[in-house]
Order: sequence, then structure tokens, then C-alpha cells
Amino acid sequence: MNRQIVKLFAFIVVLFGVLVGFTSYWSVFDAKALREKNANKRPLLEQQQIRRGRILATDGTVIAKSVAKGHGASLRFVRRYPEGALYGHPIGYSFVREGDSEFEQFHNDQLVGRESEFGSILDEITGRNREGNDVVTNLDPTAQRVALSDLEEQGFGAVVAIEPSTGEVKVMASNKPYDPNRVPHELNQLNRNEIETPLLDRATQGLYPPGSTFKVVTAAAGLESGTITPETTIVAPGTIIDEGQPLNNDFTEDFGPIALDTALTNSVNTWFGQLGQKIGQDALFETMEKFGFNATPPIDLPEDQVYESGVYGENHRPLHRNDPVDLARVAIGQERLLATPLQIAMVAAAIANGGRLMKPQIWNRVVDPDGRVVDRLDPSEYSQPVSGQTAEELTTAMEGVVNEGTGTNAAISGVPVAGKTGTAETPGNAACGGGSEENQAWFMGFAPADEPKIAIAASIECTTQFGNDVAAPIFRDVAETILNGE
Amino acid sequence: MTSPRNRELTALVPVALLLTAGFAAVFSQENARLGNLSLIYGAYFLAVCVATHVYLRIRLPSADPYLFPLMALLTAFGLVMIYRIDETLARDQANWFVLGLVLFALTIHFLRDYDLLERYRYTIAAVGLLLLLAPRLPGIGQQVNGAYLGVKIGPLAFQPAEFSKICIVVFLASYLRERREVLIVGARRVLGVTLPPLKHFGPMLVVWGASMFMLVFIRDLGSSLMFFAAFLALLYVATGRFSFVVIGMAMFVVGAWFFATTIPHVHDRVEVWLDPYAHPTGSGYQILQSIFAQADGGLFGKGFGEGLITIPGTHAALLPAAQTDTIYALIVNELGLFGACGVILVYLLIAARGFKIALLAADGFSKLLATGLTAVFAIQAFVIIGGVTRVIPLTGVTLPFVSYGGSSIVANFVLLALLLLVSDRARREAAQPAGRGLALGMT
Repeated sequence: MNRQIVKLFAFIVVLFGVLVGFTSYWSVFDAKALREKNANKRPLLEQQQIRRGRILATDGTVIAKSVAKGHGASLRFVRRYPEGALYGHPIGYSFVREGDSEFEQFHNDQLVGRESEFGSILDEITGRNREGNDVVTNLDPTAQRVALSDLEEQGFGAVVAIEPSTGEVKVMASNKPYDPNRVPHELNQLNRNEIETPLLDRATQGLYPPGSTFKVVTAAAGLESGTITPETTIVAPGTIIDEGQPLNNDFTEDFGPIALDTALTNSVNTWFGQLGQKIGQDALFETMEKFGFNATPPIDLPEDQVYESGVYGENHRPLHRNDPVDLARVAIGQERLLATPLQIAMVAAAIANGGRLMKPQIWNRVVDPDGRVVDRLDPSEYSQPVSGQTAEELTTAMEGVVNEGTGTNAAISGVPVAGKTGTAETPGNAACGGGSEENQAWFMGFAPADEPKIAIAASIECTTQFGNDVAAPIFRDVAETILNGE
Repeated sequence: MTSPRNRELTALVPVALLLTAGFAAVFSQENARLGNLSLIYGAYFLAVCVATHVYLRIRLPSADPYLFPLMALLTAFGLVMIYRIDETLARDQANWFVLGLVLFALTIHFLRDYDLLERYRYTIAAVGLLLLLAPRLPGIGQQVNGAYLGVKIGPLAFQPAEFSKICIVVFLASYLRERREVLIVGARRVLGVTLPPLKHFGPMLVVWGASMFMLVFIRDLGSSLMFFAAFLALLYVATGRFSFVVIGMAMFVVGAWFFATTIPHVHDRVEVWLDPYAHPTGSGYQILQSIFAQADGGLFGKGFGEGLITIPGTHAALLPAAQTDTIYALIVNELGLFGACGVILVYLLIAARGFKIALLAADGFSKLLATGLTAVFAIQAFVIIGGVTRVIPLTGVTLPFVSYGGSSIVANFVLLALLLLVSDRARREAAQPAGRGLALGMT
């Protein structure tokens, strides 16, 4: 019988080995996926017992903080947002029952002070209570306030302001705003509000036809691919026929043979439509992708809450360079092209930074409860869509837009401004009530043109006015505020 | 070489130290008076253990030196975990620990000549079956979560299955010792499969029937599985015929499948096992929360007293039945993968010592008894840990010596007493050269 007993023991060893295997799987290998399961409330419950770190504006204004409730075993912390709706976007909210969103969600680990396994063992030994770290953002409260109040005056839309050399996001405002303090009581109402969609961060999730602002991208592709130089002239009649449909200039104005400066200053559709066809889809898409199109923007917000910009096909996914598109209409920012205000701000920032696109980042540094900086933003380059020379040539052309072209309302006295307007017609847009006169109005640009400090995109939905009327003034106000604050 | 009892005493010291350190950790976690209370608890525990040790020194001087310290280690560990869940539960558990040791001593006292058990094997079998049946008897039976596992007579409530498993193992060991020869010799090959002789296999069918009966009437897949697995282990060791095990397993699977599809409670348990996410807040809640608790443990765990058992600010359970069914999940949560592996290792060491006793034992009954007791103990640990880790459906079996529960602790100390009785005789006989030769000749 002894042989059988030894075999039986071996079998028991195998059984226990299976137990060790399964335990390892749940506790280590699959742990991350399990923590993210919806049915798993542990991460939130545990975080509720940790004093979550504060979120601060660049000047130290407290955007979010945690206050204690109850004591002893029932001690828990609840999130408060002293500035109310001003930072509802992009900061988001964090509550046990309602979950979290946007910046609060993305920076969760820093805010709850999750450190290495070794670090938490040290804490256990020393008996230190876990406490979250503060995260300081790049957001400029004065400029954010100006942006939001301008938006509230002009209509639903968004403003994004980025420091070109670092990618620091100074302003990210979305109208209609919401007050995150109300989320625990009114999340359902906020969700159901399909007209104002206050929970939609229009800066990162608003997909709008970019209209003429996209001509800057087309111009960049033209210069970069060697299709044109700033001196190359193209004949721009009042109308061209594209794919069997007429493509008109405003008032079908015939410009004759003109070069880039004149074409951009007057936003000449037929000129850019032809340029797009000359560039070809490969080169145009290559430049677009280097500017960030067809990819989730590299910003510090949850991936599912930042939408890709691109030519949207029928499956609600951006088309790629091999998919058939109407190139002339893409080149002037129409067709099925959709872009977020963040994406357009990235285009402006890249040109302002000598052609190098820095990753846009909202956070600046992480500060532990003892006041030590534990982590700091290290600006990094996303891509180089255009050369320094091309960037300079584009800047010159964009200065013309503000000085004597379609974007004069963006001018700031004593400061050279480079920019581009956009007015995309959105007739029959259900979101605008289905009227026939509605436009998506844009302005994107940067200032000072010779030594850019800030690049901004502003976009207004469902307006009957033009980019220069409603978006350019927002650009001017926000840019002035930021430049004055320097 | 030091004597077995001296080795036992040496091994008990770290156990008492662990208990002291464990209580100290829980106290410090709860910011309560750290003081010397944990030292007092540790001292009490050590005193009880030393008393048991002295008793063993007198009665069973040659018995295995490591089994008692290993089981004391599990008990100490269980006490700390339960204390951390609920102070009053831990006090109960400590009382049961003492009661268990009393029954342990009584078993050793009255069953020194454990061959007696063989003489009463049918009585013992009947008692075992009656115990299994008891929870369905009107007036005293109790239903918990759809399974009939508890009995309540006046103020005395217990889980008879815990005691029943010992009775059944004793009966099987005795029966198989007697019949193993005929089972082997009488076996014939039919279609290439070695079948046991039908005449002698009747009682085996009875055991299968009893397991199925448990599924139907007790409605507990876990204890049914545990009993039948122990039976197959014994059958295999007694006959050496792997084909018997395969046939037995096939019979169990067919039977279990049939009843699992017809008895709602058993069916639900299997469904939940296959897809716990179907009803995450209903029937799947316990197993999901158990796995989520483990996911939070990581390699090193959150530390004693750090895990969440209830939802803060409420009394709603976040880890249901943390002191009994899912205590292993709490161990993974607070002590991590390493702590859990430590616990599994202790069970494995106990199994190793138990099978060593079976190897050393001279006569067939002792061998089979030690094998059966060890197997049922190890399988019980597997069934509940496997249930909590979703290897098999989760059922209400206790984690021996660790889970909260008087029946479990007391029954398992009786089991330990029987193992030590077998061990003492085996080692004494092995030490005598003449007896050894005889014993080898017999096996």
C-alpha cells in the first residue's frame, strides 16, 4: 500500500499546487483587471478612507479637496470643488457611488498616493497613514474664468490654450459647464440633459467640422511635401468642380493666380481645394497624423474621454490614408472631417513652437503631504509635423489673416498675432435645432507671433455668425489675459 | 537525536510567539491598548499548548512531534484572524479550542487501543450516516443558505458533517482492510477495464449512494465531494487499482451532474461558479467579493486588520462569511500571496506528516485509518480554498482549524488524536527491530 500512499500524497501536492496557482492568478496576475471590474467597489471604498490629495491651479487656487466625514471606523472623505463649475471640465469628479471622470480619474494613483508595494510596506511598518498627494495643474484661473464667461456669452463651445514650448495646458473650458459638487445629487439629470450636455467636455469630446482652420494643415502639408513654396501661385477661380459637385469661394469670388499668403488671408476655398488634390492623400494624411489626427491626443485625460480627430467614416471611426475621401473638400476642412478644439489647439501650438508639437499636459507637478515635489512634468515632444522653416512661412501667412484678412478681431494692440478663422456651415444639425443658418465658428492662433507664449483654439457651436465675430474675440481676451499675467 | 516530545515542545514556542505577534499587530492596527494584553493571550495559548504537550509526553511519548505544533499554528493563526474580525467570535473560538483539546485528551485516553474501532465499525458507520441525516430531521435540523448542514438541540448547535467524516473514514478503513484482498483478487477485466467484483462492491455503492444522498438531502456539493474523494483515496490505497478510482469518479460526476441540474440550490452554486458576473450583486456576490478581496492582497497583502470586511459606515458585508467560508480570501487580502502560500504549506506539511504515519504503520487498518484521516483533512482544505479561489464551486465547508466554528475545531482535534494514536503505535513498533520485520512482512 505504501506506493499508493506516496502517489496519493503526490496527488494532494498537485491539488495544493493548483490552489497556489489560482491564488497567484487572482491576487497578482489578474489583480489589475479585477480592480477595474465594475462590480468591484473595493478600490473606491478604500480610496474613500484615504484623504485624497488636492488639485490646485497654477497660482495655488484649490480646485478640488477632500473633507472628512464621520470618525473611527466609519471615517471617510468626500470630495469638494470650491470653484464650482469653473473647472468641471477638465477636472471631472470623484465620488464613491458615481465613480470618477477626466483629470480626477487619470491622476487617481497620484491623488490617492499609491506608491510601490515596497513603499506601502514601509508605511505599514512605520504606522504612517496613507495620504494622497496634491497635483498642481497648469490651469490659469484668471484665463480660465475669462474663457468660460466669454463662452457663456457666445454659445456652447470650448476654448483650449496651450503653452507651445512646453505643452502646458493653461485653459480648457467647455460651455455648457457643470458644477461637480452637484454630481452626487444630480448625475442622472446631468446625463439626461441632451440639449446642453453639460457632462460633455467639448474641448476634448466635441467633434466639429474644423472648416477653414484646417487650411493651415493643408498649407503645412503643401509646404512640407514640396508641392508648393510660399511663392508658388495657383489659379483660384470662383468655382471648381470637384467630384461632380461645385466647390465655391465665398460669393464665388475669382482670385486669379495667387500665392499662399493671399490664399490664407482670404481663406480661398478653390485654392486650397486644388492644393489638396496636388498634395495627394498620402502626404496630406501624413501631415495630419503628425499633428495628432487619427490618434487619441496624448493628453493626461482618460483615453475614452478624449476623442480622435479625423475624417469620420460610416463606422464612426476615422478613415485612413487608403480609404476613399473627397480630398479637395477635406483640404478645406469639410467633407466628413471632424476635429476637437484640443486638436486644433495642438495644430496652432505645433506651428508656434517652430514645428515641434509638445504633448499637451494639464498637470504640472505632484506634491506629497510634506510639501516635497515627488514628480514634475517633463515636457516631451509628440512629433515634428513641419520644419522650422515651414513653421515660419505658415506664421507669416497666418499673421496676414489677423492683420488684413478674415481674422481681424483677434488682433491685440502692440502684439503680433498669427491665426486662422474657420466657419463651417452645419445646416440641419440636430444639435442646433435643425436650422439652416447655423455654423461652427472657429479661431485658432498664437501670440506673440514672433515669440509665441500661448496657442489657442476657440470654437462655438450653432452660431449664425462667423469665426471672426464670435471665436476671434474669445481668442483675443484669453490671449491678452495670459500675456498680461506673465 | 532529541526525543519526539522535545522536538514538539521546541516547535510550540514559535507558534506561541506568532500568536503574540499576531495579536500585537491587530491591536496596534486598532490603535487599542497595545499594552501587555497580546502577551497575556500569547501566554495563555502557550500554557494550554504546554499542558497538552505534557499530556502527550505521558500518554503518547513516541507520537509524531510535528502534527500538534502544526495544528496549533493553524489554530493560532485562525484565532488572530477571527479576533481581527470580531472580538467575541474569537473568545468563542478560544473556548472551543480548549474544548477541542479536552476531547483530544479524552479520545487518546479511551481509544488507546484503537482496534476497538474496528469491532464497532458498523455502529460507527450508522452513527456517521445518522449524523449526516440529522440536519434534515424535523425539530433539530437547520438550513443555512439553502444547504442543510446544522443541527440545533436546545442550546447546542453543531455541524454534524464534521464529526461524520471521521466516522465514515473509520468505517471505510476497517471495511477496506478486510476486503481489500478480495477486491483485488476478484476483480475481472471487462472490455479492457478492470472492474471490482460485484459482490464485494455493494458497500462501495452504498458510499456512492451516501454521497449522492448528501447532494439531494443536505444539498451541499462541498461535503459530498469531500466524502467521496476521501473514499476514492482510500479505495485506491487499499486496492492499488487506479481503474476503481476512475469508475468512482465517473459515477460521482454523472450523479453530481444529474442532481446539479435537478436540485435548484446545487444548480445555482454551479451556475455561479461558471459565471459569477451574471448576478454580481445577487448569487455571484460572495465569490466575486472573495476574488476581489484576493486581488487587493497582491504579493504581501494589506497587513493584519487592514482589509475591508464591511462597507465603511454601514454593516453591509463586503466579504460575506469572512470568519467561515471566505476566511481564506481575507488571508490573501491581508497577508498576500505569500501569507496564503504559507497557510497552504502548513496544510501540505500536515498531509506529509499524516501520510508518513500511514507509511510507518504496520497493520492495514492503521495504514488505511491514517491515510483516510489525512486525506479527508487535506481534501477539506482543498474544497474550501478551491471554492474561494473558484477552482471548484464555492460551498460551505470550513477551513480546518482556521475558520470560526466549534464543530470544526473539536472534530479536527479528535481527528488529530486518532492520527497521533496511530503514530505512537507505529513509531514504537518501528523502533523495535523484531516488530518491524513482522510489520514489513504483513504489508
